[in-house]
Amino acid sequence: MAAGASPASNHEAVFQARGVTKIYRMGEVEVPALRGVDLDLYRGELVVLLGPSGSGKSTLLNILGGLDRPTAGQVLYLGRDLTRAGDRELTEFRRHHVGFVFQFYNLIPSLTARENVAAVTEIVRNPMKPEEALALVGLADRLDHFPSQLSGGQQQRVALARAIAKNPAVLLCDEPTGALDSATGVVVLEAIERVNRELGTTTALITHNADIAAMADRIVHLSGGLIVSIERNSHRKSARELRW
Amino acid sequence: MRALDRKLLRDLWGMKGQALAIALVIAGGIATFIMSVSTLDSLRRTQLVFYRDYRFAEVFASLKRAPESLRSRIEAIPGVQHVETRVFAPVMLDIEGYPDPVSGQICSLPDHGEPLLNRVYLRQGRPLDPSREDEVLLSEAFAEAHRLKPGDRIAATIRGRKRRLRIAGIALSPEFIYQLQPGAVIPDFESYGILWMARTPLSSAFEMEGAFNTVALTLTAGAREGDVIDRLDDLLRPYGGLGAYGRKDQISHRYLSEEMRQLQRMATMFPIIFIGVAAFLLNVVVGRLMATQREQVAILKAFGYGNGAIVGHYLKFVVVIVLVGVAGGIAAGVWLGRGLSSLYMDFYRFPFLLYQLRPAAVLTATFVTAGAAFLGTLYSVIQAALLPPAQAMQPAAPARYRVSVIERLGLRRLAPPTKMILRSIERRPVKALLTVVGVAFACGILVVGRFFSDATDYMVNIQFKLAKKEDLAVTFVEPVSARALYSLANLEGVEHAEPFRSVAVRLRFEHRSYRTAIRGVPRRATLYRLLDRELRPLEVPERGLLLTDHLAEILGVRAGQTLTVEVLEGRRQVLEEPVVGLVREWVGVQAYTELGALNRMLGEGPAVSGAYLETDSRYQASVYAKLKEVPLVAGASSREKGLRNFYETLAKQMLTFAFFNTLLACSIAFGVVYNSARIAFSERNRDLASLRVLGFTRGEIAYILLGEMALLTLAGIPAGFAVGRALCAQMITGLETDLFRIPLIVEPRSYSFAAIVVLASGVVSALAVKRKLDRLDLVAVLKTKE
Repeated sequence: MAAGASPASNHEAVFQARGVTKIYRMGEVEVPALRGVDLDLYRGELVVLLGPSGSGKSTLLNILGGLDRPTAGQVLYLGRDLTRAGDRELTEFRRHHVGFVFQFYNLIPSLTARENVAAVTEIVRNPMKPEEALALVGLADRLDHFPSQLSGGQQQRVALARAIAKNPAVLLCDEPTGALDSATGVVVLEAIERVNRELGTTTALITHNADIAAMADRIVHLSGGLIVSIERNSHRKSARELRW
Repeated sequence: MRALDRKLLRDLWGMKGQALAIALVIAGGIATFIMSVSTLDSLRRTQLVFYRDYRFAEVFASLKRAPESLRSRIEAIPGVQHVETRVFAPVMLDIEGYPDPVSGQICSLPDHGEPLLNRVYLRQGRPLDPSREDEVLLSEAFAEAHRLKPGDRIAATIRGRKRRLRIAGIALSPEFIYQLQPGAVIPDFESYGILWMARTPLSSAFEMEGAFNTVALTLTAGAREGDVIDRLDDLLRPYGGLGAYGRKDQISHRYLSEEMRQLQRMATMFPIIFIGVAAFLLNVVVGRLMATQREQVAILKAFGYGNGAIVGHYLKFVVVIVLVGVAGGIAAGVWLGRGLSSLYMDFYRFPFLLYQLRPAAVLTATFVTAGAAFLGTLYSVIQAALLPPAQAMQPAAPARYRVSVIERLGLRRLAPPTKMILRSIERRPVKALLTVVGVAFACGILVVGRFFSDATDYMVNIQFKLAKKEDLAVTFVEPVSARALYSLANLEGVEHAEPFRSVAVRLRFEHRSYRTAIRGVPRRATLYRLLDRELRPLEVPERGLLLTDHLAEILGVRAGQTLTVEVLEGRRQVLEEPVVGLVREWVGVQAYTELGALNRMLGEGPAVSGAYLETDSRYQASVYAKLKEVPLVAGASSREKGLRNFYETLAKQMLTFAFFNTLLACSIAFGVVYNSARIAFSERNRDLASLRVLGFTRGEIAYILLGEMALLTLAGIPAGFAVGRALCAQMITGLETDLFRIPLIVEPRSYSFAAIVVLASGVVSALAVKRKLDRLDLVAVLKTKE
C-alpha cells in the first residue's frame, strides 16, 4: 500500500451506525449514554472521537468493536449487522477484524512482549509475525521482556502491536495516551499513525484531549450522547508535531 | 452498627461462596472432633457409671473346679476386698425356627439376693425366682436377635442333657458389654448368647455342686493387682486354674478400651487435617482480600483509623467465618455423635447411654480453630495495615513473572495460554504446593474411607476362605479321648473330621511373657490350614512351635530361638520349646504344633479339645441336632454363618463410615479447589477479559483459568494416594493389638474411587467458576485499573 495516497479519499464505509441508542439501567434509573447516533467510518481513515467524560464516546467505540450491544439502532460492519450477532459471532468478529488498545494497556503480566502478541496471532488467520508487529511499534529490542520490565509507553506500544498483529480491518483506541505523559504519549501516537498510514488500517481514537485531534482525518465531537458536529481536517498534522 | 462492621458484612456477603466453602471445611473438622470426643466422653462416662453401680470386678480367674471352701482363702489374700465365686457353663441352645448353631454361656447368680460383684441390670421381666429351677435371665442383645421376651421358653443342652428353660427377664451386665463368642472377632448376637441362672440349679445341671469354676474379685484401695494375681494363681493352681488376669485383659473391657483408643485417634487426626486445610484456605482468601482492599485500607488510614483498628477489622472477618464453621460443626458433631453413640450401643450393650458434650471440648475446638485461622491470616492483614497510606493508594506493582522451568528445560514451543498456566503456578510455588497438598489430603481421606473395607475383604478372604475351610467347628467341654472324634466322623452327613487340641499356656522369652494357648493340629490338615507370611500353606512341625507373627513380636522372639512354655492345665509342666516358624494371622495370637507332639509334650495320650467338620450341606442341620445330644460337646459354630454375620455387622458400620468420610473429603476437595479457582479468577479476571476482548472465546479463557486448577488437582491425586496410604498405615499401627491386626491393603478400586470423587469435586468447583467467567463484564473490567 502506497504511503502517500490519501486513505480518506477512499469512500467505502467499514462501519455504518444508524440511530444507535444505548441506555444503561442503574436500578430504578435509566441513564442514556447514546441517544441516536449516526456515523460512518471509511476505509483507511483516522477518526478522532472527541468529547468530555460521559459524552458517550467509549460506549460508541465499544459498540463498534463488538464489546457491547446498542439498546436501539443498527450497526453494520461491511454490511454485516452487528446488532443481531450473538456472543459467539461477536467473539469471532473481535478475533478476526478488530484491534483494541486501552488506556491501561491490559497486557498479560505472565507473558513476554512477544508472547502477548503471539497470544493473539496464534488464534487468527494470516497474522503478522509477533516480531514484525513489535518492530513496527519500535520495540524490536524488547521482545523477551515481561510487562513488569517495560515502561508505561513501552507497554502501550506492546498493546498496539498486539492489536495490529492480526491485520485488523479496524483499530479502536480508547484513550491510548490517557495514562502517559505527553512525550511518551507522542511516541505511542506516532506508532498508531504509522500503522494507519503504512497498513491502511481504519483507526478510531478516543480522547478528551483536543490537541490530539489535529492528527485526524475527521474529528467527531460528542456531547451528552449525541454527535454535535463532524469536522473534516484538511491539514492533518503528524503525531510528532503534537504537544500538550 | 458501626460503619466498619457494615462494610465487613457486605464484604463477607460479596465473598459468600468462598466464605461458605471455608466454613464448610471448618465445620467438617469440628464435626469429626465433636463427634469423636462426645462419643468418647459418653462411652467413658456410661462405662464408669455402669461399672461402679453394677460393681464390675477387677480381677478374674477361671479354673477347672474348686470347692466353695476355697473362697475364704481367696478372701484372705491381702488386698482383696470382695470375692464372688461363680459357675460358668457352656450351653447349646435351640431356638424355634432358627436352623444355625446357637451356643452360649450360662453364668450363675446367687440363689438369694444380689451378687456382690458383676451385678446384672434387669431390663425387662423380673429377677430369678429361687424356688423355680428352670428360670433364666437372657442377655438383651441375644433376646433382641431372636425376639425372645419374658415368659418364652427355650431348649438348652447342658452337658448333653436337654432342658427347657423359661425366660424370667432380660438383662445386661458390665461383664458382657461386648459379648463375644470365644474365638470370634465381632459379636454375633444370633449365634451366641449369655444367660444367667440361679447357682443351685445351674450347679446341679453342670455337676458343680458345692464348687465353682470362675472367681471375680475387687481390690482394696492401694492393693497391687499383680501381687493379688500371683497369690490367686498360687491358690488356684491345684484346682486347674487357668491364670488370673486383671480388668485390662477382660475381653469385653479390652474391646471397649480398643474402641475408645480408636475414637481418640479419630478425634485428633482428622480434625488436625481439616483445621490445617481451613487455615490455608483462610490464608489465601484473606491474602486476596487484602490485595483488593489496599486502597480501602489506605483511605481508612487516611481518615485516621489506627493499625490496630484495621487489623481488628479484618480479623473480625476471620472470626465470623470461624464462628459459622464452628457452630455448624458443633451442631453436626452432636447429631453425628448421638448417631455414632447409638451405633456403638448396638455392639456395646450398655443399659443406658449418658450422652455428654463437655463445654471444654467445645471451647477447645473453638479456640484451636480460631488460633489456626488467625495464624493463617495475621501476616497478610498486618502487612496491609502497615503499608503507608500514600503507597497503599497506588496500585500494586505489576506482578513479576519469569519464564517457567519447563520452558527453560527446552519446552519452548508452548501456546501462550499454556505458558500462562505454567508461569502462574511457578510465580506462587508455595500456594500451588499447598493447593496440591489440600487436594492430596482430601484424596487421602477418601482412601482411608475405603481402606477398611478393602482390608476386611482381604482378612476375610485369608481367614475364612484360605485358612479355614470347615463347615462346623465343635468344641468339647474338656479334652476327650481321640475316640470321640470317630463318633463325630461317623455322624450321617459328616464327610471329614479333623481334631484339634488347645492348651492354655504362658509363653516366656527373656523377660517377656504372654498368656495364650497352644493349638495342636494334625500334620496334613485340610480344614484348618496355617499360612506363612507369603500366605503359602505351612506344614506343622513334628517338634517345636509355630507362632502367630504378632505373638513373636510381642515376645521379641525369632525362629530358631527357644521359648519357655508354662502349661496352665493338668500337670503344669514347664518346658523348653524351639520356635520353628511364623504364621500369618490377623485375628488373635497363639502358638501351633502338631497334635501328637502336643499330647506328648503334655505327657498325655491322644486327646482332643474339639474338631472341625466338613459336612454335606444337606445334612448340616441334622448334624447339628445330633451334636447337641453328645454330652461332652460344649458348642458348635458354623463358618458360613460366622462369615455372614461378619459382613452384615461390619457392612453397616463401614457404609456409615464411608458415607461421612466421603462427605467430609468432598468438603475439603471442594473448599480447596473452589477457593483456589475463585481466587485465581479474581486475580486474573482482567487478563482474561482482555483476552476475551482480543477475540478469545469463553472456552479458550476457561482453559487458562481452569487448566491451572486441573493441573494442580491432577498433581494432588497421586500425592493423595501416597497420603492416603500413609494415613492408613498410621491408623493401623495405632490399632494393632493382640486382639486383631489390620493389614495394609488398599485395592486399586479404592484409589480410583478417591480419584473420581476428587475429580468430581473439582468439576463442580470448575463449573461454579465457569459461570463467573461466562458473565465476565468486559467493558467494566477494562475501564478500571487494577
